[in-house]
Amino acid sequence: MALRATYREAQGITVVDIGGRITLGEGSALLRKTIRDLLEDKRTLILLNLADVDYIDSSGIGELVSAYTGVKNRGGSLKLLHLTKKVHDLLQLTKLFTVFDVYSDERTALTSFR
Amino acid sequence: MPQDTKHLEVTLETQVDSVNLAEEMCLRVAQAAGFGEDDCYRIGMSVREGVINAFHYGNQERPDKKIYLALDLTPDKMVIHVLDEGKGFDLRRVPDPLAEENLLSTSGRGIFLMRAFMDEFAVVPGRNGGAEIIMSKKLPSERNPGNNGKGGRNSESESKGA
Repeated sequence: MALRATYREAQGITVVDIGGRITLGEGSALLRKTIRDLLEDKRTLILLNLADVDYIDSSGIGELVSAYTGVKNRGGSLKLLHLTKKVHDLLQLTKLFTVFDVYSDERTALTSFR
Repeated sequence: MPQDTKHLEVTLETQVDSVNLAEEMCLRVAQAAGFGEDDCYRIGMSVREGVINAFHYGNQERPDKKIYLALDLTPDKMVIHVLDEGKGFDLRRVPDPLAEENLLSTSGRGIFLMRAFMDEFAVVPGRNGGAEIIMSKKLPSERNPGNNGKGGRNSESESKGA
C-alpha cells in the first residue's frame, strides 16, 4: 500500500497522520518531502501519528531518524504516536525506542511538547 | 541438488521495484511452505533488506548490473540467496547499528535486521566477485511443531551462524 500523509494543527503542534508502508522508494520519499515542507513552513513541533503504518523497512527507519535529527537541528521536536505492533517491535529491536519519544495517547503527546 | 529440494531463481534489474518483487515472490513461497504470519513478515523483510543491500551497496544503483535471487526449499528449511555484481564486502567491517555512536545513523540496519529475523545468515564471495547473502529459516514443522510461526522471537537467535 502506498504511503499517504496529511497534517493538521492541534494545540500549536503539527500532527502528521501517516498511513501505509514507509519503505525504500516512494514511501520514504514522501515522508522526507512532508517533513521538508513542514520545516520550510517553520513548523518544528511535529507529532507523527503512525497508527496506520503497518510496515517499515530499514530505509523507512533511516527516514524516521533523518526526520528526527532534521527537526531537532532546527530547534524543534519530533515525536511518535500510536505505533503498530510491528513498528513498535522494530524500534525496540533497533534500540530507537531510546531515541524517540513515543506515545500511545494523543492528548498526552500534545501536552509533552509544552 | 537433492531431489526433495525445490529450487527457484530469478534475475532482477537493479531498480527499486525489484525490492518489492523479490519480497512478494518470497512471501508466496513462504506462505505455500507453511510459514505463519510472523515468520512470513520476517522472511519478507529479510529478502527486502538483502535486495536493498544488493541494489544500493552492491550494485551502487547501476542499472547495467543485475541482482540474482534464488530460493531453495528443502525438507527442513527455506534458503534464500541474494547475489550482486558489486565488489563484495567484509561482514566484520559493517558497523554495529546498536552502538551508541550509530543509533542516529540513517542507514546500516539491513544486515542487522536480516541477522535478527533469520535463523542462519552469512555473506560469501559471489561467483562473479560480488557478495552473496545466504540466509535461511527453518520450516515451522522442523522448529516447533504446533507453533506455526505465530509466536514471538525465541532462542533461535542464539544459534545463528554468520
